[in-house]
Amino acid sequence: MSAAHAFLQRLGERADDEPTWVAARRQAGAARFEALGFPTKRDEAWKYTDVRRIAEGEFTLADDAELDEARFAALGMPLDAHRLVFVDGVFSAALSDLTDLPDGVSIEPLTTAMRTNHEAIGGAIGRLAGVDFSPFTALNVALSEEGAVVRIGPGVVVDKPIYVVFASRANESARMSHPRVLVMAGARSQSTVVEHYAGEAGAANFTNVVSEVMLERGAIVDHYKLQEASSEDLHVASIHVEQGRDSRFTSFNLNLGGALVRTDLVTDLNAQGAETNYNGLFFVQGRQHVDNHTLVNHNAPNTFSNENYKGILNDRARGVFNGKVVVKRDSQQIEAYQNNANLLLSDRAEIDTKPELEIYADDVKCSHGATTGQLDEDAVFALRTRGIDEQMARGLLTLAFAGEVMDQVRLPGIAERVERAVAGKLPERFNLSDLVEVSDALEEA
Amino acid sequence: MLEVKDLHVTVEGSEILKGLNLTVNPGEVHALMGPNGAGKSTLSAVIAGKDGYEVTSGEVLFEGKNLLEMEIEERALAGILLGFQYPVEIPGVKNIYLLKAALNAQRVARGEEEIPAPEFMKLVREQLSFMKMDGSFLQRAVNEGFSGGEKKRNEILQMLVLQPKLAMLDEIDSGLDIDAMKVVAEGINSLRNADRAILMVTHYQRLLEHIVPDRVHVLVDGRIVKSGDKNLAHELEARGYEWVLEESAA
Ligand SMILES: Nc1ncnc2c1ncn2[C@@H]1O[C@H](COP(=O)(O)OP(=O)(O)OP(=O)(O)O)[C@@H](O)[C@H]1O
Ligand SMILES: [Mg+2]
Repeated sequence: MSAAHAFLQRLGERADDEPTWVAARRQAGAARFEALGFPTKRDEAWKYTDVRRIAEGEFTLADDAELDEARFAALGMPLDAHRLVFVDGVFSAALSDLTDLPDGVSIEPLTTAMRTNHEAIGGAIGRLAGVDFSPFTALNVALSEEGAVVRIGPGVVVDKPIYVVFASRANESARMSHPRVLVMAGARSQSTVVEHYAGEAGAANFTNVVSEVMLERGAIVDHYKLQEASSEDLHVASIHVEQGRDSRFTSFNLNLGGALVRTDLVTDLNAQGAETNYNGLFFVQGRQHVDNHTLVNHNAPNTFSNENYKGILNDRARGVFNGKVVVKRDSQQIEAYQNNANLLLSDRAEIDTKPELEIYADDVKCSHGATTGQLDEDAVFALRTRGIDEQMARGLLTLAFAGEVMDQVRLPGIAERVERAVAGKLPERFNLSDLVEVSDALEEA
Repeated sequence: MLEVKDLHVTVEGSEILKGLNLTVNPGEVHALMGPNGAGKSTLSAVIAGKDGYEVTSGEVLFEGKNLLEMEIEERALAGILLGFQYPVEIPGVKNIYLLKAALNAQRVARGEEEIPAPEFMKLVREQLSFMKMDGSFLQRAVNEGFSGGEKKRNEILQMLVLQPKLAMLDEIDSGLDIDAMKVVAEGINSLRNADRAILMVTHYQRLLEHIVPDRVHVLVDGRIVKSGDKNLAHELEARGYEWVLEESAA
């Protein structure tokens, strides 16, 4: 039995009261996945990322969302937010907080949304990321059950961030989940959506999520993906964005955890004035592997993209960055900037970075660059001559490297969380919060 | 306080310091002069502990302790501060972070509590205004995009915050405009007291008009070939190094 087939066994395990067309789509996903199989290193897009750990793993679907408050508090962020929580893919009403939703905003678990409005929701889901994007999206279509559906009406400025937590528990046997996230941002609406993947120590689950974000004319969406899976968790995500006229999408793809992590981020800029900003940061150590594949399609004239990805790699960790920009024929007056910088803290760490530009128009302002280096030893020396010990000096410089991306983060809770996590991954005690406090005090004065 | 005894230092296979002797006592200000390439910055680098300088013989003692065995940061914590000839730009590390981390490292080393934020801010602001520097410098990355003169002022700001026992200032006067020279000199003079010592590398008499040295040394080809009082600096200004070279060759 093939690995793909073994995964699809899980299809039959669930009682099926779905509308037939949903079941049919599931079958299509399954058929597609079975035909494609898991990607191998012979597939160009998976050249550096070996998914055998997933293919050869045995995972079951979770049936419960049990997680007590204390365990949840250890994973989640104390954000003042509208909160949806999933535990190993299963919705937890107890941990969610959807009281006081403003008018014009709906935030629901996928199952609820499908029950009440299956045609509208079912029609939207899969529009940007169907079965053909990758074997994993096909697998997701086959096995997905739950997820988050966010709909924001025209002109609505959502008062608080929308915080979607996917908790991965330390289970006795490994679980898998195939969540969906759907964000439909109405014209001129403004919102912040946080997808937070957090794993308990010892968790060894497989998450295969597909997110779709649709921005209508003039909509503004800040999208955070904060991935803090456990060091044994396997994580595959694909985020697909569609932008209408004058809309603005800003992505923060922040990866700190996981044993094997792959994220695809794809944006279609479909109308004039659309702007997308990709900010990425990953910090990996041990034998972690993080792969980011990003793609911006400039499908319309007068569209703008700006990308800045930074990677910090320690020990024997491995990173992959592939950033592609496609400018369609007749898409004139395009600006597309891309930068990828990587910091190797160990000489056994490795990064493969590849910018790809495909430009079929001539009025295009475009730049890209990729650098990989070590910490500046002159700077380490200069700091040490001021009495700062070597670990601290390296820590400060590592944080400084991450800072350029972190400075763009507009949600203070996240910036602080990531800075602490980065500092916490540094070899020694590092009293960052104290420094930040001083800096803030200064700004206020 | 500082004793350099018959110091021989090799850089990438060639000998740069060739038996250098120098003693600096508490309370003294010494000026180290000499032609380009003589080894002045090499001496500061060796005292600070920079990699790539091989001490083939001789010793350096600081308050009686063997400096050459100490880590770079230990030397700083012992009370030595090097003001760089070319201060390093450190993108992303705010000036304020550096100052706080450095000051706290000192306090922790002395077994004291870390400095509370308000107290720290007060101290830094005072020194900042003493150096006639704008508050925005604190939020900027260390030396990044600073003008030449601003970098030098920033070195002195660090010195004032850290209050070293021995400050080694390498061409702190280069790149300073006339007013900045006064400010920097005032900063340095404010540090002078009976317990501290200052070793200044300079090419010009002008700095020494503001900071009158107790001793002036001429370093030529890896050795101190002549020492004297402040009048030696005047003489060098007037006559150049030729005569010193001739005298030492004789
Ligand atoms: N890393 C190095 N590799 C090779 N030679 C070096 C190195 N560092 C210093 N030197 C050489 O050592 C000699 C002394 O240099 P040093 O910087 O100490 O001179 P200095 O007296 O400070 O000169 P200046 O007045 O120009 O600053 C020079 O000839 C210089 O080229
Ligand atoms: Mg020099």
